[in-house]
Amino acid sequence: MSTNIVLCGVGGQGTVLASKLVASASMSKGLNVMSAETIGMAQKGGSVFSHLRIGDDVYSPMIARGEADLIIGFEPSETVRMLPFLKKGGAVITSDRPVMPVTAALGGSTYNGGEMISYLKSLDTVGRLVVVDTDKAIEDIGSPKAMNMVLLGAASRAGLLGDITHEDIIEAMKKKVKPRFVEMNIRALEYADI
Amino acid sequence: MHREFLMGNEAIALGAMAAGVNLVAGYPGTPSTEVLETIAKKNDGSIYVEWSVNEKAGLEVAAGASYSGARTMVTMKQVGLNVASDPLMSLAYIGIKGGMVIMVADDPGPISSQTEQDTRTFAMFSKLPVFDPSSPSEAYRMIGDAFRYSEEYGTPVIFRPTTRICHAYASIDIKDEDEYEYNRPEGFVKDPSKWVIFPKLSRINHAKIEKRNSELSGVFSQYEMNSITEGSSDLGIACSGISYSNTMETVSALEDKPSILKIATAFPFPEDLALKFLAGKKEVLCIEELDPVIERALIQVCGKYHIDCKIRGKLTADAGTAGELLRDDVNGCISKFTGISINEGTSTELNDAPELPVRPPVLCAGCPHRASFYAVKKAMKGKETIFAGDIGCYTLGNAMPLDMVDTCLCMGAGVNIAQGVGRIKPDTKCFAFVGDSTFFASAITGVINAVYNQADMTLIVLDNSTTAMTGHQPHPGTGKTMMGNMTEKIDIEKVLRGVGVSEVRRLDPLDLDNAVRTVREVADKPGVKAILFESPCAMLFKPEKPYEVDTDKCIDCRMCIKEIGCPGLVIRNGKVSVDTTLCNGCGLCSQVCPVDAIGKKEDIS
Repeated sequence: MSTNIVLCGVGGQGTVLASKLVASASMSKGLNVMSAETIGMAQKGGSVFSHLRIGDDVYSPMIARGEADLIIGFEPSETVRMLPFLKKGGAVITSDRPVMPVTAALGGSTYNGGEMISYLKSLDTVGRLVVVDTDKAIEDIGSPKAMNMVLLGAASRAGLLGDITHEDIIEAMKKKVKPRFVEMNIRALEYADI
Repeated sequence: MHREFLMGNEAIALGAMAAGVNLVAGYPGTPSTEVLETIAKKNDGSIYVEWSVNEKAGLEVAAGASYSGARTMVTMKQVGLNVASDPLMSLAYIGIKGGMVIMVADDPGPISSQTEQDTRTFAMFSKLPVFDPSSPSEAYRMIGDAFRYSEEYGTPVIFRPTTRICHAYASIDIKDEDEYEYNRPEGFVKDPSKWVIFPKLSRINHAKIEKRNSELSGVFSQYEMNSITEGSSDLGIACSGISYSNTMETVSALEDKPSILKIATAFPFPEDLALKFLAGKKEVLCIEELDPVIERALIQVCGKYHIDCKIRGKLTADAGTAGELLRDDVNGCISKFTGISINEGTSTELNDAPELPVRPPVLCAGCPHRASFYAVKKAMKGKETIFAGDIGCYTLGNAMPLDMVDTCLCMGAGVNIAQGVGRIKPDTKCFAFVGDSTFFASAITGVINAVYNQADMTLIVLDNSTTAMTGHQPHPGTGKTMMGNMTEKIDIEKVLRGVGVSEVRRLDPLDLDNAVRTVREVADKPGVKAILFESPCAMLFKPEKPYEVDTDKCIDCRMCIKEIGCPGLVIRNGKVSVDTTLCNGCGLCSQVCPVDAIGKKEDIS
């Protein structure tokens, strides 16, 4: 059995670090882990994703449609874009803060993040949905870089990372993050209302 | 042994180090870059590591070291092998002494490349053995095998992972340093009958190569990475690389399993193993990305031995011919082949989803290339022009609203393409844009061609002091080497003047008025002239204070957005505003605003 997680967002949002923390926590527990990352041209403002697979009997780093237990979305439209990967009844944790593509600004149209959240709420195939008010979270925590930890903490505290517990994530974070940022990251990991 | 969570490229690097590699050369290119970078980072100084000026130089440096008994590796992406193909083809005839692995990363999709060429086909063309790993952990073990076969058979070998291996991560068991092999090269030993290529030697060696490859076909039939997994039906699937891993995901969930033939060495093709696999099979489906290499090999085996087995794959439209074969593509192929429904109805369909925004990659906020392109665009407004682009971040200058890349072909091509366009319509103002790393890699010959043949063109060198697109590697203009040494910076202006370009200007593109004026002035002169736009990549320094829009002054004309298309400028609540998490304070937008409504906070208040 394996736990399959899709992390997605826009290039530069920190999906890779979040994916590495879960991987590191898995390694400490002696679990096998594989992941696939977007690196290269698409990183420059394009849609990016990480596929993360924890457990045995995993051959490919990639996840197929309907196979993900959890989607962690750093941007609402990117969360929706990845929905086909979610298995029926799977969980979604998403930021509500839209990142506007340059094309939208040029066209004069503003895509609407709220519309994406309403759509997610309307789906009965999503077993559990957690929407994080990112602007508020960033303000409360006091760092614009905290979003990935808020989302990851929401996932671990809700028990959505398979065999990986919230404590495992905190331990992994302590190993990967500079000491002076640990306290802020713990606050971020424990921020969201689950 | 210990376990680490490694990127495929890191695994390849550590595997090469464990195999006792002495010298590593290469040129950056996605998805290959991290291999050389990892070795440079882990290097205690005992391995010589260099970013070569281009792939041809890298392969030749590695060849010379390998002649001297060193174990060598040269790294590049698939199109880099085109640049290195001249030495490659001849080196295949000459052979080597120390093990030599040519690590060429293919990019099905393509995700970050110009072509979907298949290096396995290149291996066949150059008659060199090729290794094709199916996972990061297999890549770790296989790179060591590649060195061993290379040294044993005295031939360079090609190691060819694809993006999904290079950029996948896995928990991998790796050797501790005290388990590494150690190779002490004896140095170059003169022997003109061996190292000097002449027609007679080539004829003799050609025959030897064919004999060796035939022998290797047998040897590879016993190689553990080539394998058969027996199934429970008379159907078979032949696959390689990431397609093998994707196929195993699908097949492991099936009750009635087809047999699997895994081919890690598409050339020389393990014929005996294939014969064993084909025995009693009614149909075989080939699942492989890029070229139908295994498929053709199996058809050949069936023809050669009169085997009655239908080979399916790309040539029979049973598998996709272009792009990646993702998990769902593989599920689809196998479902059609076996008649078993796989993974259907399990996913969430996006039937009534709101329209999703398109996110093409764009130049970063604060990227100085945006300013350079915009200055040329403004200066040349209303004139007949050609803007020949090149390979790098600045290819993204093609996006709206800049729309400043009319052509892009391959590394260094733009400078010659601009000349060709000018030959046909001489009143066209011909521009070629080239980055600093690309300039050194392959644009200098183009400039000499232009000077020698008296072309009329303007070369724009976008000098951001790094190889940005592939993740900031040093190059001859940066004064840093991969051994951590400082070296004299090669001055682009001096190079240009040295080859006969007399009109060379260097300036900061972020000073917009001056940039526009200079472009106009220079473009009006006859002959070959050059402008060096010098401003470091926005990722290389700490951002300056972000700019802000003074909403009282802003007349909502949206000139800033329409003219330069910076991702740092967004529309929020119907008004232009600066995304302060992205803006790095380059100030270009403030120079475009007609009413001075954009500035640093203290400036506009």
